[in-house]
Amino acid sequence: MSGVTEKKLAAQVSQGLNRRKFLQVSALGGAGFLIGCSESDTAAPSAPSAEAEAVATSPAPVETELNAFVKIQSDDTVTVVVKHLDKGQGVTTGLPAIVAEELDASWSQMRTEFAPADANRYANLAFGVVQGTGGSTSIANSWEQLRLAAAGARAMLVQAAAAQWGVAADTISVADGRLTSGDKSASFGELASAAAEQTPPEQPVLKDRSEFKLLGTNLPRLDSAGKTDGSTEFTIDVQRPGMLMAVVARPPRFGGKVASFDATEALAVPGVARVVEIPRGVAVLADSYFTANKARGMLDIQWNFDEAENRSTAELEADFKAMMDQPGLEARNDGDAEAALASAAQTIEQEFHFPFLAHATMEPMDCVVELGAESCDIWTASQIPTLDVGTTAAITGLDPANIKIHTRFAGGSFGRRAVPDSDFVAEAVMIAKAIDGESPVKLHWSREDDMTAGRYRPMAVHRVRAGLDEDGKISAWHHQVASLSILTGTAFAAMMTSELDPSVVEGTTDLPYAIPNIRVDGYQPQTGVPVLWWRSVGHTHNAYAVEVFFDQVARTMGRDPYELRREMLTDHPRHLAVLNKAAEEAGWGTDLGPGRGRGIAVHESFNSFVAEVIEVTMSESGDLSIDRVVCAVDCGFALTPDVVKAQMEGGIGYGLSSALREAITLTNGEVDQKNFDRYRPLRINEMPKVEVHIVNSGEPPTGVGEPGTPPSAPALANAIADATGRYISRLPIADQLKA
Amino acid sequence: MTIEFQFNGKTVRTDAPTDKPLLWVIREDLGATGTKFGCGIAQCGACTIHLDGSPTRSCVLPIAAVAGRSVTTVEGVDSKAAMAIRKAWRELDVVQCGYCQSGQMMSATALLEGNPSPSDDDIDNAMGGNLCRCATYHRIRAAIHQAAEDLSGETA
Repeated sequence: MSGVTEKKLAAQVSQGLNRRKFLQVSALGGAGFLIGCSESDTAAPSAPSAEAEAVATSPAPVETELNAFVKIQSDDTVTVVVKHLDKGQGVTTGLPAIVAEELDASWSQMRTEFAPADANRYANLAFGVVQGTGGSTSIANSWEQLRLAAAGARAMLVQAAAAQWGVAADTISVADGRLTSGDKSASFGELASAAAEQTPPEQPVLKDRSEFKLLGTNLPRLDSAGKTDGSTEFTIDVQRPGMLMAVVARPPRFGGKVASFDATEALAVPGVARVVEIPRGVAVLADSYFTANKARGMLDIQWNFDEAENRSTAELEADFKAMMDQPGLEARNDGDAEAALASAAQTIEQEFHFPFLAHATMEPMDCVVELGAESCDIWTASQIPTLDVGTTAAITGLDPANIKIHTRFAGGSFGRRAVPDSDFVAEAVMIAKAIDGESPVKLHWSREDDMTAGRYRPMAVHRVRAGLDEDGKISAWHHQVASLSILTGTAFAAMMTSELDPSVVEGTTDLPYAIPNIRVDGYQPQTGVPVLWWRSVGHTHNAYAVEVFFDQVARTMGRDPYELRREMLTDHPRHLAVLNKAAEEAGWGTDLGPGRGRGIAVHESFNSFVAEVIEVTMSESGDLSIDRVVCAVDCGFALTPDVVKAQMEGGIGYGLSSALREAITLTNGEVDQKNFDRYRPLRINEMPKVEVHIVNSGEPPTGVGEPGTPPSAPALANAIADATGRYISRLPIADQLKA
Repeated sequence: MTIEFQFNGKTVRTDAPTDKPLLWVIREDLGATGTKFGCGIAQCGACTIHLDGSPTRSCVLPIAAVAGRSVTTVEGVDSKAAMAIRKAWRELDVVQCGYCQSGQMMSATALLEGNPSPSDDDIDNAMGGNLCRCATYHRIRAAIHQAAEDLSGETA
């Protein structure tokens, strides 16, 4: 038994969670029983599926809360309170897996429900006193917390059994959800209420990793059943009595305003209830989404674009480039890159261009609001629910204690549902307020709304220069990044320790290659286009510029791009291990035949390390086929390896999709792509075969939602260069292949 | 005007406006929310249902065109192929966010009903209209192959 090391405890205390305090807080309310709370509106059960529910006729089980994260029902199900949003990344499997392990439960008895918005009990320990999901932190920040919660609950069950049976606690064994001592045996459900009367242990004993039975194995996802029979409830599916459907006509350019409007025709459409102006546009409320959407098209609105972003993409790009001729904000400065470049035997330079990208989640943004005189209930899928409570309080003037967020499963997010100003949640609350809460409101964005309402991955322009010395070694690297700050002016601006937003340059400042003179400069142009974190944030473009340019330099030097990476990563064993694994599994160096190419890229993001090798075929007419991706990932200890693999597969698909064809462009400030006919994500016929290899470094678990994405686009570009000799520096790639 | 059609094996009637798409009649009037909205222009496939057994995008199909016909959604589909698809989807843990999966499974079920042993090209053709932003495509393909094998074993 390793217990908890002092170092880990210290880290936890510094993150604002004293363990003893945690258990005291957790135990609050733990003595009481929550009776028949299967209708609890914070619960979005992962299982059983609708089929199973339909045949369940037995009386509602009695639920006992052992602490903030663990509840046990009299029917032996164990419910884990999930403080993170499920957006497909698998938190409703990974988090209960941690609990099941330390509790010695059987996997089949595990269930989940989403936590209410409560920063005291359910803060993300990596964020401070904010409940949030993002930065691939769900497992990493929950790891110790849930182990302690589950080990504490287990100890309470053991103490209850010991008291009931009159035996010593150390004679009791726990396995598969049952406690046993000699001829005595009882299930969790039978002991739960007595366990709740026990004092939580001050120092729960944690298992040693060698004792794990469930963690590290392929556990079936708990959300598969509901997501394969149509029963999982997303926000779009929420129904409330008397609810009106709302759509909003927003200014077609960012920063535009309503000058005046005439709603006569819209109001004449049967089924339309109200048309109201809100700070973000004009809302139409009707008995049906179809009706509301139709009536919206009949509004006659005059817009004021005086303060709007009226530029087109080409003008923005020219402004970005002009900035880079000036001194930037220093992000890294080792040695003297300028002098080394000036004295270099050879210099290589490349400019990279990246467009705005939409998250384009399959479920467009939506939110249900029921506003009363003293309270507000909100059903939505938000990555930062406690922030939404604050926003709602500011809009309505209500006491935050009376604002409840009922978290629903998210139909994708990729960062889109973590908006510092609460975006669509705020919009829905504004509409509810504008009609004085007379009906519940479901705000429902059309695909066109979702595509054109902004919050994009920032556009970026990079300029990178490398110098080779007389011996043919890379002596200097100067990287300039011009991209939009996500944090400036938001509630998260405190995350900035200088004028430079770290998300602009992340993935360039920690360049791992052994180069004596490195300089990185950031530039933050101003535009009126709202931007946001997009699956792996700054790494999306920064990893591309770094890994494609490095490859280009290697080929210019006449070196094999993999061999040169190996040689220059000797001080970075985790990079090196995944790089070698991917290359080895892909058969690096073997002949692929004519028209084919192979590319490699390696990148660290969110404390995880991923390398990918991609194979492509280029036809004589220039058509690209992405044939195979070999991925190696080191995310520390992989709790649920199949979920890790799924996240790599998905992250790679997401990265390839954006690299291939995705771009949001503006014409006179108006977004050109309004639906999936012009914003065209990857489809099944384009999805390559993906092989994922997990490299176990033995480190504590880190995230997997984002780290699979950054290496995919550069590995693809490097494969195309291998086949064609041409490095593509302007995305999306498909436009360049046809150019 | 009252329109009558078969919905998951039962006769239903609606007075919805004749231009209201079937998707919204299913979701708003019949309360069956397993079928999803994604784009409204038949580009993403999240709204895929079976119309007289054929996979159809319900977001662009006016309810008037459904009169006298048979509509099956993820809640009602129960053919052998549908059961095999659902089983394979669960065994391979295809889902991530899950939002598009009703549509994916309806397209996959229709494929297997017409073609018991589809090739990769057949899968590409049948599934090319269903977007998945989580990019679960890799597992969708594997699950369709597994379901096909399952069905062939059953009939052998």
